[in-house]
Amino acid sequence: MAMPGMYVSPEQLMQDRADYARKGISRGRSLAAVEYQGGIALVAENASSTLRKVSEIYDRIAFGGVGRYNEFDQLRIAGVRYAELKGYQYSREDVDARSLANQYAQMLGQIFTHEMKPMEVEIVVAEIDSNGAPELYRIQYDGTVADEQHWCCIGGDSEAVLDRLSDGWSQDLDRDAAVRLAVTALAGTDRSISAQELEVAVLASDNGRRCFVRLEDAETDALLAI
Amino acid sequence: MPFYVPGEDPGTDFLNLLRRNGLDPFPTTLPGTIDAGHATTVLALRCTGGVVVAGDRRATAGHLISHRDMQKVFPADEHSAVAIAGAAGPAIQMVRVFQLQLEYYEKIEGKPLTLEGKANQLAEMLRGHLPQAMQGLAVVPIFAGFDQTRESGRLFQFDVTGGRYEEQDYATSGSGSLHAGTVIKLGYRKDLSESEALSLAVKALWHAADEDSATGGPDPIRGIYPVLTVITDQGFRQLSDEESGAVFADFREELAEG
Repeated sequence: MAMPGMYVSPEQLMQDRADYARKGISRGRSLAAVEYQGGIALVAENASSTLRKVSEIYDRIAFGGVGRYNEFDQLRIAGVRYAELKGYQYSREDVDARSLANQYAQMLGQIFTHEMKPMEVEIVVAEIDSNGAPELYRIQYDGTVADEQHWCCIGGDSEAVLDRLSDGWSQDLDRDAAVRLAVTALAGTDRSISAQELEVAVLASDNGRRCFVRLEDAETDALLAI
Repeated sequence: MPFYVPGEDPGTDFLNLLRRNGLDPFPTTLPGTIDAGHATTVLALRCTGGVVVAGDRRATAGHLISHRDMQKVFPADEHSAVAIAGAAGPAIQMVRVFQLQLEYYEKIEGKPLTLEGKANQLAEMLRGHLPQAMQGLAVVPIFAGFDQTRESGRLFQFDVTGGRYEEQDYATSGSGSLHAGTVIKLGYRKDLSESEALSLAVKALWHAADEDSATGGPDPIRGIYPVLTVITDQGFRQLSDEESGAVFADFREELAEG
């Protein structure tokens, strides 16, 4: 006797997986990336000071992830490995965010269609090139890549955050103003977020070979107080 | 993109990662032997604020001088340096992989290795390099750095088998090491300031170059001077050729005065 209800259409299957992934991601807090003169600020709401959402991938490339920690951390490590291997095999200048973003897209797309469960993550790959020009890529759980301009937001409440980023962004932001914008965009109008609940890092083109710099809580506190 | 299941993950081991991806940085079996010698003088000595690491600039191929401006002292990371003696090709390759290993570890783990851990890592690489050393391509480095937990400079000497020996005062390596070591030994005090340590390093390198044909001395005509570096809590700093030249000029006056 044929088992009733065993057939699931591909459309339904993909829809279910996407819903599952989105649900997982929307539970977590958001992360915003904002370009400024000579750099990119990456700001995440993160109560933990040891389990990072924002990290260094390579000389000019940073990574931000939201959703399930163990999954995006696995992606972060894979990214560091990809970049280091490429830099070793060719040269440090040959490592770029675009190819890394494509690698992530391939991997997430593959997992989304072939594995039991999709990764419940959304990631951003940021790069400041040797001329100080910024690049931002947003990669979703199903491997969709988007080349973002000036700012981007990943995670739970991203629509509202994006609106606030677009209202506040201008060409002449400096580092501190970019961090302030990201924090107010993440917080919204009816609450404020303290430095202890934030993770702040920048890719600064004037920081020598390794552009990635974390801001200490005290430093974040000081710049938010203005 | 390299992605591993938990049981097969190479973790923080960069060498292992390279090998798994078909990039073995140190081929272990070579047909025959090459006599590459270890024509060089490099040295390190502790001073009050940290440690001074220095090396000459000459590279030789037999009796020929092949390079006049070789770099033999490299920053391993922000707070440590490695100085090399031995076969130039394998030595530079080892430094490169060592630098990458330290940065790779720091990125994967989110914090840097301790100075002790770095020294052990270099010893491990030397141990892996032993087959090549047996075939004439020996590498004998010195590793020095500022230990942030102890808040002092530390230095380590190695042998070709991967033996790791921490030195309290100074270390030298290369064909001119005997002469340089003697000069430092006679002039060393526990409380040398940074500038006194730099002067002593310059004196040692000059005497090594004066006695050893494979060690290069200062070359004022071309403006090429031995590499002088300092590592303190502020990190690694290499003196410019002008700054090194000035230390040598002071030494020349001292010599002239007898």
